Amino acid sequence: MTSGSIHLNTDIKERVSSFLVGDRKRKKIGDKVFHGLVLGTAAYTLFIIVIVVFSVGVGSAKIFSHEGFIGFVTGTNWNAVEGRESYGALPYIIGTLMSSGIALLIGVPMSLGIAFFLAEMAPSRLSSPLSFVIELLAAVPSIIYGLWALFVFRFLIKDWIETPLYNTLGPYIPFFNQAPFGLDVFSAGIVLAIMIIPIVSSISRDVMKAVPDTQREAAYSLGATRWETSRMAVFPYGKSGLLGASILGLGRAVGETMLVTLIIGNAIGPSAIPTTLFSQSQTLSSLIANEFNEASSDLQLSALIGLGAVLLILTLIINIGARLMVSKMVKVSPGVRE
Amino acid sequence: MGKKDKLSGEKSRNASSDYRQIFHEVSLKHASRRRITDKIISILAIVCVIGAIIPLGSILLEVIKNGAAVISIQFLTQPPGSIGSDSGGIGPAIQGTLITVGLASLIGAPIGILSGIYLSEFAPTGSGKGVKERAISFFANTIRLFNDVLTGLPSIVIGIVGYVTIVLAINSFSVWAGAFALSIIMIPIISRVTEETLKLVPNSLREAGYSLGISKSKITLFIVLKYAKDGVLTGVILAVARIAGETAPLIMTILGTSLFFTGLTGPVDALPLKIWRLASQPYESAHAFGWGAALVLILIILILSASIRIIAHGKGIRVRTGTI
Amino acid sequence: MSSSSNEEVTSYSPGWSNVDVNKMLAPATTQASIKLSIQSVNAWFGKKHAVKNVSLDVKENSVTAFIGPSGCGKTTLLRCINRMHEMTPNARSDGKVILDGFDIYDKSTDSAMIKRRIGMVFQKPNPFPTMSIHDNVAAGLKLNGVRDKKLIRDVVEQSLVSAALWEEVKNDLDKPGMGLSGGQQQRLCLARALAMQPEILLMDEPTSALDPIASSKIEELVQQLKEHLTIIIVTHNMQQAARVSEYTAFMYLGELIEYDQTKDIFKNPHKELTEKYISGRFG
Repeated sequence: MTSGSIHLNTDIKERVSSFLVGDRKRKKIGDKVFHGLVLGTAAYTLFIIVIVVFSVGVGSAKIFSHEGFIGFVTGTNWNAVEGRESYGALPYIIGTLMSSGIALLIGVPMSLGIAFFLAEMAPSRLSSPLSFVIELLAAVPSIIYGLWALFVFRFLIKDWIETPLYNTLGPYIPFFNQAPFGLDVFSAGIVLAIMIIPIVSSISRDVMKAVPDTQREAAYSLGATRWETSRMAVFPYGKSGLLGASILGLGRAVGETMLVTLIIGNAIGPSAIPTTLFSQSQTLSSLIANEFNEASSDLQLSALIGLGAVLLILTLIINIGARLMVSKMVKVSPGVRE
Repeated sequence: MGKKDKLSGEKSRNASSDYRQIFHEVSLKHASRRRITDKIISILAIVCVIGAIIPLGSILLEVIKNGAAVISIQFLTQPPGSIGSDSGGIGPAIQGTLITVGLASLIGAPIGILSGIYLSEFAPTGSGKGVKERAISFFANTIRLFNDVLTGLPSIVIGIVGYVTIVLAINSFSVWAGAFALSIIMIPIISRVTEETLKLVPNSLREAGYSLGISKSKITLFIVLKYAKDGVLTGVILAVARIAGETAPLIMTILGTSLFFTGLTGPVDALPLKIWRLASQPYESAHAFGWGAALVLILIILILSASIRIIAHGKGIRVRTGTI
Repeated sequence: MSSSSNEEVTSYSPGWSNVDVNKMLAPATTQASIKLSIQSVNAWFGKKHAVKNVSLDVKENSVTAFIGPSGCGKTTLLRCINRMHEMTPNARSDGKVILDGFDIYDKSTDSAMIKRRIGMVFQKPNPFPTMSIHDNVAAGLKLNGVRDKKLIRDVVEQSLVSAALWEEVKNDLDKPGMGLSGGQQQRLCLARALAMQPEILLMDEPTSALDPIASSKIEELVQQLKEHLTIIIVTHNMQQAARVSEYTAFMYLGELIEYDQTKDIFKNPHKELTEKYISGRFG
C-alpha cells in the first residue's frame, strides 16, 4: 500500500508540473490578449473625443468658411432664402446663457436649501428616502419634463408668476414689460432650474456631509445656532465643492435640449434675442433639434452643426473653467499640520 | 513666563468681568433676532424641499392620469394611424426603443466595462514612479478626464456625431447611427462606475489569486469582476435607464418613422422621439397619445431604476440616478 | 419666557432673575464657594445609559479632573455641563446642573446662551480653516453681535495673551489659522474659547493629540487660568490629573465612584476600585 501511494504521489506531481509548464505559456498569451483588449477599449474612449471633435469640425467647416468663425458667432441672421443665405449664432448664444442663468439663479439657492435640510436638519430616517425622491427627479427624461411643462406647468407659471410680475413691474421696468403667455425664456429658466436641482443638491449634500463634525462642534460651543454653524463652519469649508456642484448644474442646463424646444417659444433670427424676461427665444441646442431634419440646404445644415460647435466649445469652457476654479480653491483645503 | 503679569491681579480680573458684562448686554440684544433667523431659515429650507417634490409629484400625476386614459393593447402594439386621428398606437416606437437601446447596450456595455477594468486593474491612480509607470498613469488620467468631459457633453452634439459618422457614411438614417450615438453616452458612465466598483474590491482577493499562480486576466474576470458584479451591473442598468430617455441624439440618427423595424440600416422610431413629435402636433388626440407614450417610457425607466435599488440595496453601492 | 425689569443690569436670558445676575458679576467670595452643582445627572445614547445618576459640586476657581477608563462616561458628563450632549442624534439627559443658583436645564433657558458662559476646548484642535487667526479668536464675539472693532481687537489680544500664543502670532494675525502647529492650534482654540469670557472652561482631553512639550504648555496655562475661571478637565492621563487638578472625580461604567481632593484620591483613595485604577491594575 505504501509503495503504491508513493508512486501515486510522484505521478500526480509530474502531471501537475507538466500542466503548470504548459499553462505558463497559455497564461502569457491569455494575459497579453486580455491586456490588449482592455487597453484597446480604454483607448477607444479617448478616440471618441477625437471623433466628436472631428465630426463637428467637418460638419461645420462649410458655414465657418462662409461666414467666418467670428462672423458666425456674432451674426444674428437666420436666412434660408437661396441666394441670400446667412446664418449667425449670437441670438441663440444669448438665449442659452439667459435661460441657464435664470436656471442657476433659481435652482442653486433651492438646491442649497435642500442640501442644508438633508445634511443638517433631517433626522437620518428621513434623509435617506427623501434623497431618493429627489434623485427620482433626475431619472425623469427631459422630454417628459417638456411635455409636462408645455401642457401643465406653463399655465401655472403664466398665471401665478409671470402675469403678476408683468402687472406690478412691467410699467416701470422695460425688462418686465411684455405680455407673457407662458412660452418664453423665463419659463424655460424655471423648468431648467427644476431639472438641475437633483444634481446640484445631491452633490452639495455630500459636500456638506463631508465637513467633519468637529468643525460644527467648535461653532456650537461658541453658542451658534444651526444656521450660523452652517454659515461659519460648513459652507466655507465646502466652498469649492459647492461651487463645483453649481457649475455641473450650469453644464446640464446649457446642454438641455428637448425641454427647451417645447417651452421657449421658438423664435428665430434677431427676434430670438431676449429683450425682456418674457421674450420668446431659442437656445443653441433647441434650434438644432427643431431644424435639423428640415434643413433646406447644405449650408443651413452646416450652420446647424456650427451651432453644435459653438455649444461644444461653450460646454468645454464651462467644464474646464470649473476644474480650474475648484482646484484653485482646494489649496485652502484644511488638514491639521503636525 | 513674564506674561503672567498681564494675566494676574485684580486689574485683569475686573477687565474680564467688564468685558463679560459688555458681551452679555450685546448678546442679549441680538439673541432673539438670531433665534428668529434660525427658525426662518429652517422654514425656507423645508419650503425648498417641498418646492422640489411638488413638480415631481405633479409630473408623475399628470403622466399617470393622462397616460392611463390612452393605454390599451391596441395602443401598445399598433402602428400610428393618420395624423390627427385617434386610432392606431405607438407600437413601432416601443419596438424601436427596445431595439436601439438594446443594440447600444451591446456595443456600449462591453466597451465600458473593459475600459473600466483597464483603469482599475492596469493603471490605478497613484501607481509607480518609473518612467513607464508615469506614462501609463498619464494615459489613464487622460482617459479619466476625457470620460468626465464626455459625460458633460450635450446629447444633441452626440447626435450630430452620429449623423456625420454613420448617417452620412451609409447615406441613410439608421438604427446603427442611433445605437452608436447612444453608446457614446453610455460608455463613460459604465466605465466610471466599473472602475469605482472594482476599486472597492479588497486587494487581498487579488493577492490570493497571484499567490496561487493564476494569470491576471483570470483573476480579473473570474475573481474580481465576479465579486463586484452587482456594482457593475448597477452601472450598466444606470446607463441603460439614462439612454432610454434620450431624445436629442435620435433626431438626426434614427429619424423616427411610423413603420416597424425594417432593418438595421433603416430608420426606426423610439419612445422619446415619438413623444416629442406628438407633443409638437396641434391635435388633442396626438397630445393624448403623447401622454400615453410618456407613461410607457416612465414605467420602463422606473422599473430599471427600481432594479438598481434592489440590486444595490445594502451592498454599499452608491449610485446617482441619471447623473454622474 | 419671563420678562425682566431692568433695575441694575439687564437680564441675561429669560428666567434669570436680577438677583442671580448681580451675584454672577460679583467676584468670587471664598475659595470654597461652589460654582457649579451637578445633581443626579443621567445621560443616554439611545438605549445606552452612559452616565448614571452623577452628583458632584465643582468649586469656584479650581481645576477639577474627570478621570476613568475609556467609556466610563467622563466625556459624556462633561458635555452635559454645557448642553452639548443633547445635540448628538438620539442623545438625551436628565438631572440638574446648577450654575450660580440657576438650573441650566430649566425649560426657559436658551441652550445657546449657556455656551457663552461655559466654554469648551476639544480633543483635536479644530480652528476654522477658512478664517485668519484673528477671526478665529473673534468668531464667538462676532457671532454674538459684538461690532466694536477696537473692542474686538483688544479682546483678541487679551485672549491670545491668556493662551500664551500672543508673542508667537502677534505679527501674523491675518494669516490662516491652519498654518500653525498642532500645539499652537490648540492654544488658538483655547483663545477662541477664552474670548467669550466664560466663567467655566471645559476641556475634553485637550492634550491627547499633542506632543509632550505642547502638552506641558497647556497644563501650565490651566494653572494660570484657574485664577479667573473654573476649569473642568477630562483626561485619560492620570499623571496629568495629579499634576494639574485640585479635585478629581473618578468614574467607571457611567457611575461616579469617588470624588475628592486630588491629593487624597491619589494617596488615600477610599474605594477599592479607585485604588485599582490609580495603581494601573486596569484601564
